[in-house]
Amino acid sequence: MSAATATATTTPLPTLTPKDLASDQEVRWCPGCGDYSILAQMKKALATLGIAREKMVFISGIGCSSRFPYYMNTYGFHTIHGRAPTLATGLKVANPELSIWVITGDGDGLSIGGNHLIHAIRRNVDLKILLFNNEIYGLTKGQYSPTSRVGTRTKSSPQGSIDNPLRPLSLAIGAEATFVARTIDVDINHLTETLRRASAHKGTAFIEVYQNCKIFNDGVFEYATDKGVKADNLLFLEHGKPLIFGKDRNKGVRLHGLDPEVVSLGSGITVDDLLIHDEKAEEPSLAYLLSRMVHPRFPECVGVFRAVQRPTYEDLLNKQIEDIRRNRGAGKLEDLFASDDVWVVE
Amino acid sequence: MTASTTLERKPVRHDLEELDSVTIRFAGDSGDGMQLAGTQFTNASAILGNDISTLPDFPAEIRAPAGTLAGVSGFQVHFSKYDIHTPGDNLNSLVAMNPAALKTNLKDLESGGILIVNSDAFTTADLHKAGYKSNPLEDGTLKGYRIFRVPINKLNREAVAEVKLSPREADRCKNFFALGLVYWMYERPMEPTLRWIREKFAKNPAVLEANTRTLKAGYNYGETTETMPVHYKVAKAQIKPGRYRKITGNEALAMALVAATEVANIPLVYASYPITPASDVLHHLSDLKRFGVRTMQAEDEIAASGMAIGAAFGGAMGVTATSGPGICLKSEAIGLAVMTELPCLIINVQRGGPSTGLPTKTEQADLLQAMYGRNGECPLAIVAPCSPSDCFTMTFEAIRLAIAYMTPVILLSDGYLANGAEPWLIPNPAGLPKISVRHPISLTGNGTADSNGEDSKAENGKGENGTGENGKIATGFYPYKRDERLVREWAIPGTPGLEHRIGGLEKEDVTGNVSYDPANHEHMIHTRAQKIANIAKDIPPLEIKGAADAELLVVGWGGTYGAITTAVDRAQRKGFKVASAHLRYLNPMPQNTGEVLKRFKKILVPELNAGQLRLLLRGMFLVDAVGLNKVQGRPFLVSEIETKIAEMLG
Ligand code: SF4
Repeated sequence: MSAATATATTTPLPTLTPKDLASDQEVRWCPGCGDYSILAQMKKALATLGIAREKMVFISGIGCSSRFPYYMNTYGFHTIHGRAPTLATGLKVANPELSIWVITGDGDGLSIGGNHLIHAIRRNVDLKILLFNNEIYGLTKGQYSPTSRVGTRTKSSPQGSIDNPLRPLSLAIGAEATFVARTIDVDINHLTETLRRASAHKGTAFIEVYQNCKIFNDGVFEYATDKGVKADNLLFLEHGKPLIFGKDRNKGVRLHGLDPEVVSLGSGITVDDLLIHDEKAEEPSLAYLLSRMVHPRFPECVGVFRAVQRPTYEDLLNKQIEDIRRNRGAGKLEDLFASDDVWVVE
Repeated sequence: MTASTTLERKPVRHDLEELDSVTIRFAGDSGDGMQLAGTQFTNASAILGNDISTLPDFPAEIRAPAGTLAGVSGFQVHFSKYDIHTPGDNLNSLVAMNPAALKTNLKDLESGGILIVNSDAFTTADLHKAGYKSNPLEDGTLKGYRIFRVPINKLNREAVAEVKLSPREADRCKNFFALGLVYWMYERPMEPTLRWIREKFAKNPAVLEANTRTLKAGYNYGETTETMPVHYKVAKAQIKPGRYRKITGNEALAMALVAATEVANIPLVYASYPITPASDVLHHLSDLKRFGVRTMQAEDEIAASGMAIGAAFGGAMGVTATSGPGICLKSEAIGLAVMTELPCLIINVQRGGPSTGLPTKTEQADLLQAMYGRNGECPLAIVAPCSPSDCFTMTFEAIRLAIAYMTPVILLSDGYLANGAEPWLIPNPAGLPKISVRHPISLTGNGTADSNGEDSKAENGKGENGTGENGKIATGFYPYKRDERLVREWAIPGTPGLEHRIGGLEKEDVTGNVSYDPANHEHMIHTRAQKIANIAKDIPPLEIKGAADAELLVVGWGGTYGAITTAVDRAQRKGFKVASAHLRYLNPMPQNTGEVLKRFKKILVPELNAGQLRLLLRGMFLVDAVGLNKVQGRPFLVSEIETKIAEMLG
């Protein structure tokens, strides 16, 4: 690496406050947009992690959420639509010491950038991918997105959308994600905690954030944010704990054949009958099953679905380089140039 | 007759003739190992001291049905006692391993040329597959050629009879029998190929033995039988003294990427998606991890470009290569690299288009796309090597320019350069040009960014305040503050105090804040263009080969150099008042380009496209350039250009 990076590694870690992480740029999301809360919690979470500010990089694609890097006083790259994971991968390979966050949305990450998203995840590049899911295209003024529910009426779907939505977490799990979580823009404690957990994970961490688009899809997650009903509609996952939810904590999820089933505790059904969450399970079957639970038939799970360890892409790549250098020595240009029959002309 | 009896027979007396140059083509089914035979023949000729130039020609299908016209694979070698620049127009000799190879290649053989055919392959079935109604060996088709019918299948089987091999494995050695025979015919040394066989098949003694025997048997067949009355000698060429190796364009690209980044002392991150004919660069580099090369096989062309740009943001040299439609997919990302002014290299090994086009054939039809094929005013630097070994020089140059000017650079190679080979004078690594990289390391008190380079001219930081779109004064590092050449600084993540944001939205001059200000936009458009234009001061002038008072100037670019140079040489010797000039820098062009063009009354621009450089030259310099355009997926023949020169001066 260059001298600049070598210097950076010896700099003592500064103690940061969320304010230190704010850039001088005026935040320009619509008033009431869920993005504000995510930005605030990000600054809060990052300030406590002991990571030097210059090591943090935010890389985004295109869309409302993708303006995020401009508001962070870290390194940042506002790239092109859907391609942020590719730039992040290149950057991580160039400098594995960086802490890289990819900021994307449902359109950016799942539509135009779907290919890059699944490949970044399957490679397990050490990136934190934050997908702001507002189930709509905000920046282009309100067309239905790959996560919009069937029947969503927008300017491009006046009779209701007919495309079946993707479930971001199911997709991530299908792409062999090692860390998968879901959280909600307005649940600030849960959001902060989830960001912290993601940051601590070595490998690709994929986080879906339910994010309210005040202008084009207001209230689409009301069932998960309204104080009166959310306890009955959300299930907070905790590793090793049974799947219990509800205002009175009297409902749970058990397995019926291969499918989940909501049950009420009491009248013969006990906690022992319920599924126990295991985020470390080798096989992603449980995480996948949980990712398929959708309101209103089921409570929707939030928290960490899956957190397993697998070598990261950049570590494997570096290991190949180190191994071959150990076995065959570092390359010399003389040898490279002469790596074919050589003859001398006198 | 067996191989061993062949060895014992006394040599027959053959006449030996001296030739200046020979062009030979090995042609056969794509499973017949013709590329290998051609490559080995090239090596032997190079080591012998001839100048060489090669042209491989293979089908797009990996294994088209055996014996069909679509499955014919060829490898042409031109070797000479003179300095040569092309693989030759017409064939002096053709080796045809089956009827299909004969049918597709015969038209290129000069009248009276030598034709060696594998007579065993002219069966009714194979004749039928090649579309022959009658056997050309018997029906007079081949009158006017010096034809040698050699039962290669049979002789090869006899040569390897004592080695334990399956019949299929035994038959696969027959290319080496043919090669051995041709080695005898042109007095080539067998040793380089025998050594290659020993290394290649070290783990497979039976195949090693069989190939060794059949190669020698082929040689001895020539020497001991009366089949061929004459054999030939081509003397050593007068070449600049030094150590040489043979190099293809793609090998040269890969080596230059490693060498230039080593000289610059920055990591090389190479990302690409498999595509013909650029894939070999990925193959070469993937095998060079001991140089610290980080290669990534991306999920698609777009991702490969994104990875290269991300790597560049991180302080590495980000490189990607592609061909054909792959370059279309990269356009969007290249635009981002222009906007963010990051140094990276995009290699386009051009092939026949449009769309999927002719994947394995050569063309030069992406010049205008490289110049203009992006949304918005989006200038970048473009270079084009003119020969396989020049791929080394110009790749090195591309990296130098990318870093020095903080810009993406497109390098336009082509299928002909990529796969063609010529001798390369191996450079001394210590004598390679220097490339200096400057990453600023901090903001100093007076608002100037310190640099880790020795000769930093860049200034940055708080010295001048710019105001962003929001009316706020930006502080800290200014990503779009420039030096006198208009080049911004390469501050990289991990450097404390230089945190900044870049992106594809238009940015305010100096501060890099998002700006929608119309005047700023226009200013930035001009600034980006001027920065690229400034490169002209940093590249060599356009050279004229030939008399400066000639009547006609032949102007080319890229892989047509060899054909143009040879044609102009010949025309000059015939007394035509013609000169040539070759553009290796396409954007910007050398500063004297317009002045050179205006000195000549007539200008001819031969190109393997429909007239792209001609359009540029006419548009930029208001000269009446005439085109010679060929779009057949094949390089120019020297004679085609010579004829045109004669016509224009006639
Ligand atoms: S359009 Fe929606 S998502 Fe975009 S900034 Fe406004 S509220 Fe937020």
